[in-house]
Amino acid sequence: MALLNIFKNDTSKRVVLTTGRVVSESSRCVQCGICSYNCPIGIDVRAHVWRSEPVNHSECLTCGECVARCPRGVLSFAQTDLFARRKE
Amino acid sequence: MRYVIIGAGVAGISAVEAIRSVDTVGEIIMISDDPHGYYSRPGLAYFLTGELHDKALFPRTKEHYKRLNFNYLRGRVTRILRSDHALLIDGKSRLVYDKLLLAIGARATPLDVPGAKLEGVVKLDHLEDAKNILKQAKRGKTAVVVGGGITALELTEGLLARGMKVHYLLRGDRYWSNVLDKHESEVVENRLEEEGVTLHHHSELKEVIGRHGRVSGVVLQDERALKCDMLAYAVGIRPCLELIQETNLAKDRGILVNEHMQTTDPNIYAAGDVAQVFDPLTGKSVLDSLWNPAHEQGQVAGLNMAGRKTAYLKSAPFNVTRLAGLTTTIIGVVGHGKDDDMIGIARGDSETWRQLPEAIVAQSGFDVNHMRLLISEKNLVGAILMGDQTLSRPLQKMIAAKADISPIRDLLMQPNAPLADLIAQFWMSWRATLAL
Repeated sequence: MALLNIFKNDTSKRVVLTTGRVVSESSRCVQCGICSYNCPIGIDVRAHVWRSEPVNHSECLTCGECVARCPRGVLSFAQTDLFARRKE
Repeated sequence: MRYVIIGAGVAGISAVEAIRSVDTVGEIIMISDDPHGYYSRPGLAYFLTGELHDKALFPRTKEHYKRLNFNYLRGRVTRILRSDHALLIDGKSRLVYDKLLLAIGARATPLDVPGAKLEGVVKLDHLEDAKNILKQAKRGKTAVVVGGGITALELTEGLLARGMKVHYLLRGDRYWSNVLDKHESEVVENRLEEEGVTLHHHSELKEVIGRHGRVSGVVLQDERALKCDMLAYAVGIRPCLELIQETNLAKDRGILVNEHMQTTDPNIYAAGDVAQVFDPLTGKSVLDSLWNPAHEQGQVAGLNMAGRKTAYLKSAPFNVTRLAGLTTTIIGVVGHGKDDDMIGIARGDSETWRQLPEAIVAQSGFDVNHMRLLISEKNLVGAILMGDQTLSRPLQKMIAAKADISPIRDLLMQPNAPLADLIAQFWMSWRATLAL
C-alpha cells in the first residue's frame, strides 16, 4: 500500500528511478533509524535526514525501502535532478 | 571554559553540538547515568515491535563524537552546589562547571496502586526498560496495558507484535479523548481490535495481584478480575525535579527558563522535557514532551551557553506519530480538556493542543485518510491528519504563519466540503503570494 503510494501523483515509477531522489522533511524525524536499518546497501539515510539533505548517495537504488518503512512519513521521492525536464 | 551537560537525551546532545559550533576549544563534559549514552528514545517503540535492532537506535558514529571532542562521564549527579559552581557525583566526587545545562528529562509517573512493585510491572522510559519488557514478553502470555496517549499504544503494539495477548484498559469511553475526536478515537480503537487487542472501556485499575513476587492478574475498581503475566503502564510523565530541590532554582511543574533557556541562575540552563519554557508570544510558561522542541531547546541552550545570544521561539506544536499503524500528524490546537487516562501530560503531547480558542471543527475522510481542521475566525489553528500525509507540511506552514484563510473559510465549513482539495488549492495560491 505504502509502496504504491510513493508513485502516485503524476510521477511514474520510471521517472522516479531515473531522475528522482529520496528527500526528507527533517522536522518529522526522530532519528529512530528504521530507514538506515532497512537500506539494502547500507546507506546511512538517517544521517542525510539529520543534515536536511536528499539521499544524494551515488549508490542509492531508489528502491523505496526507507520511504515505505519510515513510521513518520519523513521520506518521499522527488525530482531533484537539475537537468530533468520540469513537470507542468 | 568548562561546559557541563547533565543528561544524554536529544536536548543534551544537541547542546553539545551547538556549543561546539561556536566554541572550538572549551571543555565539554556530558554526564549521565544512562549506560547507553545518546540514542533515539522515540525509536524504542519500533525496537519493541521488532522493526529495528537496538544497535540501530544510535544515530551518531564514534567519529562524530570524536569530532565533537567532548567527554562522556557515566555517573549520577546527586547535588548541585550552586555557590561553588560544582556538582556532586555519586555522592562523593566533585565536578566544577562554568556553564551548566540540566537536560535531565522526565520519567514515567509511577503507578499508584497496590502491587505496583511486583515483577512484571513495566514502563517504557529507557532502552533498559524496553529490554526488560522484551525479556519478559513471552509469546502466548497475557499483558494488561493501562494509561493513555502515545506511549500506552506503543506498549500495546509492541507487546502484540511479540505475540502476547493484550488487554487495554481505558478509564473513559474512548482512547485519547482530549486530543482525538470521537471518530479518530474510533478509528484507532477499531484498528486495535482488528489486530486482536481486547479493549475495556470504563475500566480503572484498582490493584495488581501477584504470586511469588510476580504479576498474576489485576483487579479493577468494579471488582472485575483479569488474569495476566505482565502489566504495562503509561499514565503520564513527570519532569525530574529531585536534583534541583535544594537549589532554589525557580520551578513550577518543570524548571522555569526564559526564552534563552536560562534558569534563575544565569550560569544554569535547562532544556527538553524537564524545562518549562517561557513563551514570549503568550506570556505563559509551558511544558512540552516532544522530541523536536527538545532538540531545538538543546540547540538554543548550547548557543547561549557558548555566548551566542539566541531566543527560542516556540513554533506551533507539531508531532508525528503512528497510532495503530496509521501515521498521524497533530498540529497546533486540536483538543481540549483533561484525559482521564493521563496524570500530567502525555508523552508526545503538548499542552497547547488543549488551549482551545473559539474554534470550529470541519472534518472529512474515512478511516485511513482522515483530516480534521480547527478553524478560528480567520485562521487555521490546528489540524490532525491520519493516513495520507501529503497536506501535513502545507498545514503546518499555514498554521504557524497564521495564514488568513478567509477566502476559503465558508467553503471549508460546508457539510461534506472537499477539505483536502480546498486546502491544497489554497496552499498553492498562498505559497505563491509569499514568493512575491
